[in-house]
Amino acid sequence: MLIAPQLSYALLAPILIVLGGALLGVLVEAVMKKGSRAAIQTTIALGTLVLAFAFLWRIHGQTSKTAAVNSVAIDGVGIFIQGTILILSFIAILFIADTDNFAAQASAVPGSEDERAAVQAGKQQTEIFPLTLFAVSGMLLFPVASDLITLFVALEVLSLPLYLMAGLSRRRRLLSQEAALKYFLLGAFSSAFFLFGAAFLYGYSGSMTLDGIASAISANAANDVFLLIGIVFLSVGLLFKIGAVPFHSWTPDVYQGAPTPITGFMAACTKIAAMGATLRIFYVAFSPAEWQWKPIILTIAILTMVVGGVAAIAQRDVKRMLAFSSIAHAGFLLAAVLALNTSGLKGALFYLATYGFTTLGAFGVITLVRDSSGEVTDLNRWVGLGKKSPLTASIFTLFLLSFAGIPLTSGFIAKFSLFTGAYETGNTVVVVVGVLTSAITAFFYLRVVVMLFFTDPKSDSVTVVIPSIMTRIAIAVCAIVTIVLGVAPSLLLNTAQTFATFIR
Amino acid sequence: MTTSSHLVYLIALPLVSAAILLLLGRIADKWGHYVATLVSASTFAIAVIEFFSMRSRSGDARAATQDLFTWISVGSFNVHASLLLDQLSICFVLLITGVGTLIHIYSIAYMSHDHDRRRFFAYLNLFVAAMLLLVLGDSYLNLYVGWEGVGLASYLLIGFWNQKPAYAVAAKKAFVANRVGDIGLSLAIMIAFAQFGSVSFAGVKEGVPHASTAALTALGAMLLLAAAGKSAQFPLQSWLGDAMAGPTPVSALIHAATMVTAGVYLITRSNFVFDASHTAQNMVIAVGAITLLFGALVGTAKDDIKKALAASTMSQIGYMILATGLGPIGYAFAIMHLLTHGFFKAGMFLGAGSVMHGMNDEVNMRRYGAIGKVMPITAVTFGLGYLAIIGVPPFAGFYSKDKIIETAFNIGGSKGVIVGGAALLGAAITAFYMTRVIVLTFTGTKRWDDEAHPHESPALMWIPMVILAVGSIASGFLFNSGHALVKWLEPVVNASGAEEGEALLAPMTVSALALGVVAVGVAIAIVKYRTVPVEAPAGNVLTRIVRRDLLQDDFNDRVLVRPGQALTRFFVGMDKSFIDGIVRGVGGTIAVGSTNLRKIQNGYVRSYALIMVVGVLALLTTIWMVTL
Repeated sequence: MLIAPQLSYALLAPILIVLGGALLGVLVEAVMKKGSRAAIQTTIALGTLVLAFAFLWRIHGQTSKTAAVNSVAIDGVGIFIQGTILILSFIAILFIADTDNFAAQASAVPGSEDERAAVQAGKQQTEIFPLTLFAVSGMLLFPVASDLITLFVALEVLSLPLYLMAGLSRRRRLLSQEAALKYFLLGAFSSAFFLFGAAFLYGYSGSMTLDGIASAISANAANDVFLLIGIVFLSVGLLFKIGAVPFHSWTPDVYQGAPTPITGFMAACTKIAAMGATLRIFYVAFSPAEWQWKPIILTIAILTMVVGGVAAIAQRDVKRMLAFSSIAHAGFLLAAVLALNTSGLKGALFYLATYGFTTLGAFGVITLVRDSSGEVTDLNRWVGLGKKSPLTASIFTLFLLSFAGIPLTSGFIAKFSLFTGAYETGNTVVVVVGVLTSAITAFFYLRVVVMLFFTDPKSDSVTVVIPSIMTRIAIAVCAIVTIVLGVAPSLLLNTAQTFATFIR
Repeated sequence: MTTSSHLVYLIALPLVSAAILLLLGRIADKWGHYVATLVSASTFAIAVIEFFSMRSRSGDARAATQDLFTWISVGSFNVHASLLLDQLSICFVLLITGVGTLIHIYSIAYMSHDHDRRRFFAYLNLFVAAMLLLVLGDSYLNLYVGWEGVGLASYLLIGFWNQKPAYAVAAKKAFVANRVGDIGLSLAIMIAFAQFGSVSFAGVKEGVPHASTAALTALGAMLLLAAAGKSAQFPLQSWLGDAMAGPTPVSALIHAATMVTAGVYLITRSNFVFDASHTAQNMVIAVGAITLLFGALVGTAKDDIKKALAASTMSQIGYMILATGLGPIGYAFAIMHLLTHGFFKAGMFLGAGSVMHGMNDEVNMRRYGAIGKVMPITAVTFGLGYLAIIGVPPFAGFYSKDKIIETAFNIGGSKGVIVGGAALLGAAITAFYMTRVIVLTFTGTKRWDDEAHPHESPALMWIPMVILAVGSIASGFLFNSGHALVKWLEPVVNASGAEEGEALLAPMTVSALALGVVAVGVAIAIVKYRTVPVEAPAGNVLTRIVRRDLLQDDFNDRVLVRPGQALTRFFVGMDKSFIDGIVRGVGGTIAVGSTNLRKIQNGYVRSYALIMVVGVLALLTTIWMVTL
């Protein structure tokens, strides 16, 4: 006889609400008139996220529950990451809603009559909002999923909308569509690895749940080869999403091609969700086999930091530069995977939150620097921006300093607490390389600062547009968080400490 | 110990006011100075209330503390941001807020034509806040914050008119000289922490009996270095004369009455350290004695009225420092002289400011003469300050300075004779140069151009001068009657209740001697300056050397600045050729690597997929080899 599974709706509410909001958005697309859609969609998206956060707040004390027949684990890390994603998505929606960044009509061929007509009619694709919400729902599920099937479903739910969103840029559409296709092809490729890895792990342990795998490893029952292949293949899927070397190749192209608000959203929220899932899998399922996988994660962490840091130096495009910077950050974050202790976990949670704000803010500023044909991402044309618009340049500088981990910005505390955790469990090598590459990355961040402030502006048509109120609020929030968490980190660090637990 | 909850307002009020005035900018131009003055007055009111409430308590309950927050907590090292108001600090708090308020009032008129008056008042408030923190901190570290704060305020105010390069240079000079002293203080704090594991006054005091003499001497020497920097004592005295570039009220408040006395406060506060190390005490005596003569000598040759007063300040603080070196009984006399000096020197500076105000900012005394007739109030208040500083009874300086000279003689032996003799000689020179200032400025024949129209200053300026003059008359008598101040300070500086040593000379003899030498000094000055040429005569070698501040700047320049610059050039060269070479090499290598990495990023999905596959294979191989 089949027993209906028990679903604890309260615990799943944040995910379900976001899914509901997305569906509502699809309905709006179907029935509302073109003109009023944007405002309604924005309201729905923001409202949905607020409501989801409210429901998450109600369960923030319950940090040791499982839901949906043990396939979802609601624990400290899960709740912290879900909360971070909801807040950052809210800010991302502010950026998305604001600018005319998205294709007038995605189905029109670039350069065609149809496209021109759509642009002239002042159209703008509003499917972006439900797509974002779908992606967010996947991101909420991914870090709390505690069995392999749910993990895979969440991975796909978050990835598929992103493939589409990457292709929706209003200008330079070919580049954008190329990015989307690349992202899709390579994403599908990595998903296949993930699924294959899941199959091997099931073959090894006879269990789909993470703690089932952990106990199988502890019992040391079965064929090691299956386990090792499983670990490697599953890692490939995860490392692809967080953009670790050598599975990072898509990152610069996609970050450059995608509409900038979407790039910000991907760089912040996707990385957080994927990192959350990675931490859970390695801390919960794979930790008994740490001696097997630690060398490869260590190698990847070092490669990622070095390649990300070094390759960023030669970049001439600000979005590509930030893409490589995000790769380097992924390397730093892998140090937390190696740490395998509470303080590493705390550091990672803090790092993810602060990194998210800084990243969103930085990409937000990029949307403002334009000439007549849209955003200007060529760094050579950013020269002397500090003299033209000191406020914008100063805020961008703040974000860069935080990326570089300069004290009094959140980035410093984040790196410090992350590396402390890794050092405590004896991962000296990764800490040393991390600090050295931090110095390399500081070079190219500071080079941009020099370009902004200490070089005379060229007579160029580059201007900083006056941002709308929503963008202003979003950038201001990101900047304030970056400073406040740099000056008074304990505000969030203590919370991260409380939430730094997994249930097994 | 009593706990109090409103000590913090003493610091918070002026600090907030300064922040408001600075942040509001020009909006506050119309009323900013009133706010600042009102705030200063209210801190004085709080100080007065605190004083009377302290008097109403008795014994150990007199000192009040307030714990604000835990500032540093690292392992066993804990520093609380706490305030301590005891019998010693209340003296300073009353002086700072009282004189400070008078000078705020004076400045309203004095600075009325200045475009940046609001900023000036903001800095004044900042100074008051920092100075109060300095005297209220209950640990060396808290004191250090205030110490640096007054340094900042002093820098900002000396360079207030920094559109004149010379003034900006003067501000920098003060800053650098103070930096040397500040290193002394930070080293002292480190020594205290290393020796006693605590940086609070109470903690260090507790640890002193168990510490080695060498450590205490080192601690004392570093504290003395700090004091020398802040109080313009030998060998860090050179900045004070140039500091007169600041507006005159600043010279009166910061560079006469309060900030420059911080060194005296520091040594008095650390009495337990100096009492335990005779070597440190002797160093203090030497520094004090040298400076009091140095300053007095420099004062004899200055034609700039403010610089003459500055030299005098240096010399008078030399007396105070000397007194602090004389053991438990000396501290109280140092503080007494500090307080009376606060009145008469601030009063005279304000008088000088008043003269300059009437004379189109002319500072050369050779161009003054006969100003007493046109500025009677200024002349009288300045004259009362003059009588006080040269030590004519019953004016304030008579009591305080005589006590120091007397105590110096009484330390006994040849040391007592030398130090006492120096103090006595200082008194004679003081009488000479101060008489010179009076004669050149207020009496004799008029030597100013017809374009100058000296006039008495407005009421806002002369009222503070009159109040300070009253202080110059009465304060010494009040402090001395029934040993009021000595007894008041006893719990802090002389807990063991040490009495004055065996008297080498009777008090009456000392007074008579002092008055005798003062009379000689006055007489010489009067005779010598019967006629005053407008252009200074060339003078003999000695005069020229004294005019050049006894070659202090030449000495610093030759011995410190030039070798220092040579060393800097050497390091810059090393940095450029050697260190930058390494850095460029590393940078170049990385840049080459970066360009190569860029080639891999060729944009083709097939290459990307291939890289992934290679990656997977590499991982599998690695994990395989690890397991083997």
